[in-house]
Amino acid sequence: MTTSTGNTAPTTRTGKAADYLDQRTSVGSAVKEFARKVFPDHWSFLLGEIALYSFVVLILTGIFLTMFFVPSMSLVTYHGPPASMDGQLMSDAFASTLTMSFEVRGGLLMRQIHHWAALIFLAAIVTHMMRVFFTGAFRKPRELNWLVGMLLMILGLAAGFSGYSLPDDVLSGNGLRITDGVVKSIPLIGSYLSYFLFGGEFPGEHIIPRLFTVHILLVPGLILALIALHLFFVVLHKHTQYPGGGRTDKNVVGFPLFPVYVAKAGGFFFVVFGILALMGGTMAINNVWNYGPYDPSPVSAGAQPDWYMLFLEGSLRLMPGGAEFVTWGDFTVPLNVLIPAVVVPGLLFTFLFAYPFVEAAVTKDKREHHVLDRPRNVPVRTGLGVAFLTAFIILALAGSNDLIATHFHMSINAITWAFRVLFFVGPWFAFWVTKRICLGLQRKDRELVLHGHETGRIVRFAHGEYIEVHRPLDEQERWLRVNYPAHAPLEIEPATDARGVRRKGYKKDKQLQRLSRFFYEDRVEPVTPTELAAAHSHGEHDALEGAGHARIEAGAGAGVGGRASSSSRRTGPTSAGPEVPAQ
Amino acid sequence: MSDYQNPRSPESSHREVGHREQHGTLETFPDPGLPEHKSRMADRDPQAAKRGERQVALLFGISVIGTIASMVVYFALPPDGTTSGVRLSTLSLGLGIAFALLGIGFGAVHWAKVLMSDHEKVDERHPVASDAETRAVAVQELEAGVKDSGIARRGVLKGAVISALALFPLTIAVPLVSSVGGDWNVSKFKHTLWRSGTRLAIDPSGRPIRAADVTIGSVVHVIPDVSEEERQSHEWITEKSKAVVLLVRLDPRDIVSTQAPQGEDWAYDGIVAYSKICTHVGCPVALYEQQTHHLLCPCHQSTFDVADSCKVVFGPAKRPLPQLPITVDDEGYLVAQSDFHEPVGPSFWERLK
Repeated sequence: MTTSTGNTAPTTRTGKAADYLDQRTSVGSAVKEFARKVFPDHWSFLLGEIALYSFVVLILTGIFLTMFFVPSMSLVTYHGPPASMDGQLMSDAFASTLTMSFEVRGGLLMRQIHHWAALIFLAAIVTHMMRVFFTGAFRKPRELNWLVGMLLMILGLAAGFSGYSLPDDVLSGNGLRITDGVVKSIPLIGSYLSYFLFGGEFPGEHIIPRLFTVHILLVPGLILALIALHLFFVVLHKHTQYPGGGRTDKNVVGFPLFPVYVAKAGGFFFVVFGILALMGGTMAINNVWNYGPYDPSPVSAGAQPDWYMLFLEGSLRLMPGGAEFVTWGDFTVPLNVLIPAVVVPGLLFTFLFAYPFVEAAVTKDKREHHVLDRPRNVPVRTGLGVAFLTAFIILALAGSNDLIATHFHMSINAITWAFRVLFFVGPWFAFWVTKRICLGLQRKDRELVLHGHETGRIVRFAHGEYIEVHRPLDEQERWLRVNYPAHAPLEIEPATDARGVRRKGYKKDKQLQRLSRFFYEDRVEPVTPTELAAAHSHGEHDALEGAGHARIEAGAGAGVGGRASSSSRRTGPTSAGPEVPAQ
Repeated sequence: MSDYQNPRSPESSHREVGHREQHGTLETFPDPGLPEHKSRMADRDPQAAKRGERQVALLFGISVIGTIASMVVYFALPPDGTTSGVRLSTLSLGLGIAFALLGIGFGAVHWAKVLMSDHEKVDERHPVASDAETRAVAVQELEAGVKDSGIARRGVLKGAVISALALFPLTIAVPLVSSVGGDWNVSKFKHTLWRSGTRLAIDPSGRPIRAADVTIGSVVHVIPDVSEEERQSHEWITEKSKAVVLLVRLDPRDIVSTQAPQGEDWAYDGIVAYSKICTHVGCPVALYEQQTHHLLCPCHQSTFDVADSCKVVFGPAKRPLPQLPITVDDEGYLVAQSDFHEPVGPSFWERLK
């Protein structure tokens, strides 16, 4: 192509610039494709955005901090504010952290914004994952993007941990020491892995520079690449949408990228940044000069890691020591560390990695899903998610067992024992309760669809009977409650074929079926038009002409789960309302 | 929304349901389509639109003021080196920046919500999978490429390429791995600075401890007595990480047991010294409770009984804290009889080797 076509030659300045750019980049087709791309709107879609924007804030403030931080463990005698640190021997890393806090203008603010942004970053990732999990947004075609998200969360943990350790203060040093202890517990290679990390014995003089490279180059580089992939998938798949009238797996309903989301999402970046600045300005965090430079001897009681590490800390605290043992040949296997620090998080993460594939297998569902599930409509998934969160929260609380003990004047031993029991009982109980609540909500939905809203209006019939008038759902309300698939457990081929020959793979099928039964045995089917018609015509359909504009209707009869007895309406099979529609 | 606005009233849909049901065709409800659009104040009333516009402009104005304010306080409130001065500077600067950012953010969002079109658009989705034809062409292209390369026919070539690519990373991995762990001499875990005759000194001052100066019930944080110079060197922190000791003087009658083998005495007149490094994951075991003689690790609450060989009484640690055998020298100073008799700190695979 040499020139633009003559009859569309631009005349305005903007037009000329656009023409110049387009002839070199074909930006026109990209604009055509993306400018008015539709995105659905919902507050819960902002959680991922918060994660993205906190990451941007982390990079911006992080660049500021790298200008002043010295990633070195060389020892210096510090001279400067605050008075308590003046004249102390410390590493360059700690000294430069003090200097950037006390002498660089805005330095402490940037440090605090950076730290808060890291906490919010991980909180947003976790809540975003919860949204995706509970609404089933990980289903086909988004399973791979779920994996990308999982990797992003793990990298987020790595970024947080490596950054937390950089100032080389007493708290973070003890954190590293615990890491060293955990690494050493790994059978066979533990000691060597510890040397690999620390460049020799703990703490040595290499760990801070190494963590610095991990923190500012390796991990953020990977995070950036995976964010790009994550968002590429979002654009490719188009965003999921919540169920509602006119929203199907074949369309996407929402507002155009330009101008609505340019303003909303762009504005939201500034909101997130603004709130982080507010937090950094008003809430002190990680005042390292109160802890002092790292020294292997002191440790402060009541020390807590950042929140995202609490579950690991709690896991370590809960494990009884007896699990450590010595094998034949005098090799030590510290299961008291391996199980809580490696096996437990390994199991938790494996569950998250595997879940989309397990659910797809037990559902035998090969369709694409773009309309989100209401959590109640998939009771076992919702139950498993809540059970997972319960385990996570119990571990995190166990990570604060000392603070709970001192704040509530309780025995730390009793608290630890309580958490040990809760870790096993809590998730199971949470699963059961959540599943029951979901089924109950589904039954309530059925009830509403079949019989409408209670209006509180009691009407007396000519023959003396009282009923409460019910108002039927409008189409949108009803559609929301009936438009979902209630999956049934898998049906499998019999063990033998027609001639009695045993079938290969039957055993595997049988196991899958058992799992499928766990998922879908208890289910509440959505109301069908037939059922609605039946509910309206069993001689119990008492309709009145209401005082207002609406046609008011009284429903009756038992739903799937039986009726709530709070409703005083009890119509016998022979009773007839004043106006029975034709059947 | 009242019923008459609905395209189909419940009555008519009900009849339809009844009718179709007789033929058994309608198993699910029909999609009612998008809900009716509700117009906003600003869509109906130009006055409200004008008001919205003023609000948006005001929010952006607040941002400008925030930026100016942050510049003013930046120059007006330089940090003076005191903690409160730094706090004030951080607070004022933070508030300025927050207003500058939130003004832009809320302004843009408010603009989008109040003034921009709120008519929902519908885009079609297409299956993510490419269609059969595209796939067929893709497979053809790949097959043609494989054919062109001849890789399928040339087994030796395939083997050579795979070997070269698989082996090449060694050129980077070997030098890296050989150097990244220092000297890889992991037996260093098993030795500390303590030698026979090394005096016990107070941490961090380094003053040697006289047995007579330790009163019953008191607890002392101890390091090996080395020169001031050595304590300023970089190796010190690594050695200190293994060598720190907690010294407690008990009433000798309270001592149930020590780790000393038969015929040896590792304590001196009720004074016992145990490694301060937790046998769980290595935190310093720093909290001592006088009444119960219990030592508590603040990291994971492993609890050790000082009067009874520092055995674990609660928590995630399995092994007792190793005991440092001590005695006194001619001048009455506490000294070590030897190094620890086992590696201190967390367990590892070859610990007993």
